[in-house]
Amino acid sequence: MTLRERLRQCLRLFLIFLKIGAFTFGGGYAMIPLIEYETAEKRDLVEKDEISDIVAIAESTPGPIAINSATFVGYRAAGVLGSAAATVGVVLPSFAIILVIAFFLRRLMEYKLVQYAFFGIRAGVLALIVKAVVNFWKRADHRVFGWCVMVGAFLWSALTDWSVIGLLALCGAAGFVYCAVQRKRGKLP
Amino acid sequence: MILLELFCTFFTIGLFTFGGGYAMLPLIQEKVVANGWMGMEELTNFVAISESTPGPFAINISTYVGAETAGVLGALCATLGVVTPSFIIILIVAKIYVRFKSSKAVNGAMFGLRAAVVGLMAAALWGMLQTVFFHSVPVAWESVLRPEFLCSAVIFAAAVTAALKKVSPIIIIVCSAAAGVACGYLFGL
Repeated sequence: MTLRERLRQCLRLFLIFLKIGAFTFGGGYAMIPLIEYETAEKRDLVEKDEISDIVAIAESTPGPIAINSATFVGYRAAGVLGSAAATVGVVLPSFAIILVIAFFLRRLMEYKLVQYAFFGIRAGVLALIVKAVVNFWKRADHRVFGWCVMVGAFLWSALTDWSVIGLLALCGAAGFVYCAVQRKRGKLP
Repeated sequence: MILLELFCTFFTIGLFTFGGGYAMLPLIQEKVVANGWMGMEELTNFVAISESTPGPFAINISTYVGAETAGVLGALCATLGVVTPSFIIILIVAKIYVRFKSSKAVNGAMFGLRAAVVGLMAAALWGMLQTVFFHSVPVAWESVLRPEFLCSAVIFAAAVTAALKKVSPIIIIVCSAAAGVACGYLFGL
């Protein structure tokens, strides 16, 4: 690829991800079908089966799924420059919109009507978090090991002020040891 | 130096969020709410705002906290902070990704982490439920009979039912806002 081609590819990536960032509500997973349509179906920036790898990789690396997938697709299509273009593109719309909202929110909150609306919204929006917890629970292990970790993590975080990062390190290590033992006993491939 | 502090805090949050979106809430509570940058009620309000604007939750929340704490530059530093770890990690993974995908160490650690995130998110939800329903931690059980509590409980129950039936988040938020306004004026909260 010549430099000129590469830059053109980067501009294309930037515009595609700008559009994706501006039109997905709910973030993360909601973005995947759109990414697939824009980058694999409409144009061939990446292969179709690379898209399904994106989900697997985004899930097993830290960070928001939107950023992970933009960086990954950008890299596959046009190297490091491409990943920078795609990531900036996907971030820019929310960044701009939230800046504007942050500016007005304080003033809006002075109205009684808005306060009442947010009183209702606070109760309703917790339901969306309940749903997120249920979705994460479905994808986790449901055997004794999984339940011990889930309950242990809940108690650790709800009852103590010990570090969340410490807990994550502990659970990652526990999962690694558990899988290694299970593999040795021939219960895991 | 507040800008550097914002960058480092959100860098840590980005580095240790597995699964994206609301998996971030436990760390936000530990690092941002405990720091006094944002109240628990404000955080719940913001979840609703993030659901009703495009873009990933991670970007929305870091932009907002940054803007509220230190203006436009603060927003820029916080957002850069949350994006940088995934950007670097995905660049590395994209290079070695066939080996990464079949790595036993990664899969084992993720096995433990997926379960841990469920417990952590449930604990974060528990903290938010306490503030929304009781306005206090620890829970003041005598406030159960107050109209604020009853209104919140009814809205929450209706919203959970709707969310599990896959009603769109936007509709849930609009209806909760309307219910909040109705309750507010009806009971003079």
